[in-house]
Amino acid sequence: MKDNIILRIVAKMLIPLIILFALYVQFHGDYSPGGGFQAGIIFSSALILYRLIFGLEAGDKAIPRPVLKLIASLGVLLYTGTGVAALFMGGEFLNYSVLADTPVHGQHMGIILVELGVGFTVAATMLLIFDSFAGRPLTTQDAGIEKQHD
Amino acid sequence: MVGQHSVILMVVLPLLAAPVTALLPGGRSSWAIVMTVMALCLIMSLGILGDVISGSLIHYELGGWAPPWGIAYEIDGLNALMAVIISIVGTLVAIYAWYSVPADIPENKQPLFYAAYLLCFLGLLGMSMTGDIFNVFVFLEISSLATYALVGMGRNRQALTASFQYLILGTIGATFFLIGIGLAYAATGSLNMADLAIRLSESTHVQTIHTAFGFIFIGMALKAAVFPLHQWLPRAYTYAPITVSAFLAGTSTKVAAYVIARMVFTVFTPEYSRQTLFNELLMVLGAIAVIHGAVRSIGQTSIKPLLAWSSLSQIGYFMIGIGLLSATGLMATMIHIFNHALIKTTLFMAAGILLYQTGSLRIASLSGMGRHMPLTFAAIIIAGLSLIGVPGTVGFISKWYLVLAAVEQQAWWIVAVLVLGSAMAIIYVWKLIETLYFQPTTEPHDTGHIERTPALIIPTWTLAIACIYLGLDTGISVGAAEAAVNSLGLLSRP
Repeated sequence: MKDNIILRIVAKMLIPLIILFALYVQFHGDYSPGGGFQAGIIFSSALILYRLIFGLEAGDKAIPRPVLKLIASLGVLLYTGTGVAALFMGGEFLNYSVLADTPVHGQHMGIILVELGVGFTVAATMLLIFDSFAGRPLTTQDAGIEKQHD
Repeated sequence: MVGQHSVILMVVLPLLAAPVTALLPGGRSSWAIVMTVMALCLIMSLGILGDVISGSLIHYELGGWAPPWGIAYEIDGLNALMAVIISIVGTLVAIYAWYSVPADIPENKQPLFYAAYLLCFLGLLGMSMTGDIFNVFVFLEISSLATYALVGMGRNRQALTASFQYLILGTIGATFFLIGIGLAYAATGSLNMADLAIRLSESTHVQTIHTAFGFIFIGMALKAAVFPLHQWLPRAYTYAPITVSAFLAGTSTKVAAYVIARMVFTVFTPEYSRQTLFNELLMVLGAIAVIHGAVRSIGQTSIKPLLAWSSLSQIGYFMIGIGLLSATGLMATMIHIFNHALIKTTLFMAAGILLYQTGSLRIASLSGMGRHMPLTFAAIIIAGLSLIGVPGTVGFISKWYLVLAAVEQQAWWIVAVLVLGSAMAIIYVWKLIETLYFQPTTEPHDTGHIERTPALIIPTWTLAIACIYLGLDTGISVGAAEAAVNSLGLLSRP
């Protein structure tokens, strides 16, 4: 679809806005409706639009699949890591109050970190799912192994 | 610090390890992580059981939020026993995986396999440790999603359809469970189990509670493969990689059976079940499962489905024990869950050794192999005798307690079902033993190299020896189950 100039221009205009909105939902999630899951989905929708218009190769060039896997895993680690950090600082698992000097400040920091982890994982996983269904064998090594097992 | 937090660390450690495992390049390094995590969890779970067995409760509030608003882990003997069972099976299967995973799973998928294994493990642990009913659902989903992936990694392409069928039914089950939770929440405004127990008895929304209980039971019965909701299980166990079959057979349906027991005994009191005649339903379904599972098991021509159908028969015993609604009945169920975890994992592991040696699990093509593989065959005999319930093995103890519980209530037809079920177990176990040992070898196989692989034979024999040892020294399993039941008595009548 990259030959269609209207799609291309509109997508180029929309994608930054979608990403901006995703970041808004992400970082305003502790005050208003939103949070990591929604933000992650919105963020990934921008990149999926990019893949739809400019093709999977271009999408892979923007964020290679190993990087996506890394981000997906880091998100989970950030979530549990925050919980464990609270544990090391003397509270219960996920007790954010102990994370900073005052409980309120700690709760803020905790929820933002945890939601950031959720956002990372959701966005990266959505893209991984899309890529898997779009049927692109990632590397030649992956493709070779798939063939062997068919 | 670890002592106080070990309850949550058991769930968090695998959760931390899973993403790391998924990122590692090779199978061996991921295996090392899995092994370490499993061993740590085993140590922690034994520590927790040791603390709880004296009758005290461990109470842990996540995030420092007090229940009923926050999620609390409320560990009594029942939770601790389940955690120990899962950790033992998880650890031994992890040792077994050193050989079996490279044999079954392509190298580039091994890290993901181990990640899914860790997720499944932590999901099951979470389900059995949490004191919050919604948290049960969350962990149920974690373990189920991981299980679908694990089952789908089987060598045979049919593993994919088996996994998909399990996915559909499992999702329906999880949805039913969630709807049930929603209704219970609507009737009481609480999700904490201990709190629910009090509020449910006071609530006036009788219809809502009935519906909630129905949904919760059907949802969990699907996951526990209670007759007639068992269709997914034989296929899933048959086509999953042997590592996965061994792990699931020892843990997953048992955790679901535990959740049913927890619902019946703690959340909806035993009196509630008696009023609604639910216990009768459980016993009838259990009895049908015992007979039906055994009949189908006798008819199988391959080892894995034979063991899977036999598992269904054993799930029937769990349900009968719960349905008797007595302390002895629940004790019998808990002992049987523990014993069956040992027995079925041994059998699947031994079956795996046969598979790696001969490349086949069809019973006909294995004739005479028992003579060439004495170690494997002896493990099969020990576990088989336990499955039947021969005195001196663990199987005898749990059946003995089941019979005791049935006699206590003069439920003679249950005694008859138990005897019949055991008699039929003799038939399908004998079928294995006869072909493996007494028939002449028909197909030439290389013999006896693989069964000397330490990674395969050590976990298999650890379990086989446990089958005998715990059958003679009954103090451990019975004591743990007794403590579990006692603590429950305290919980259900505050």
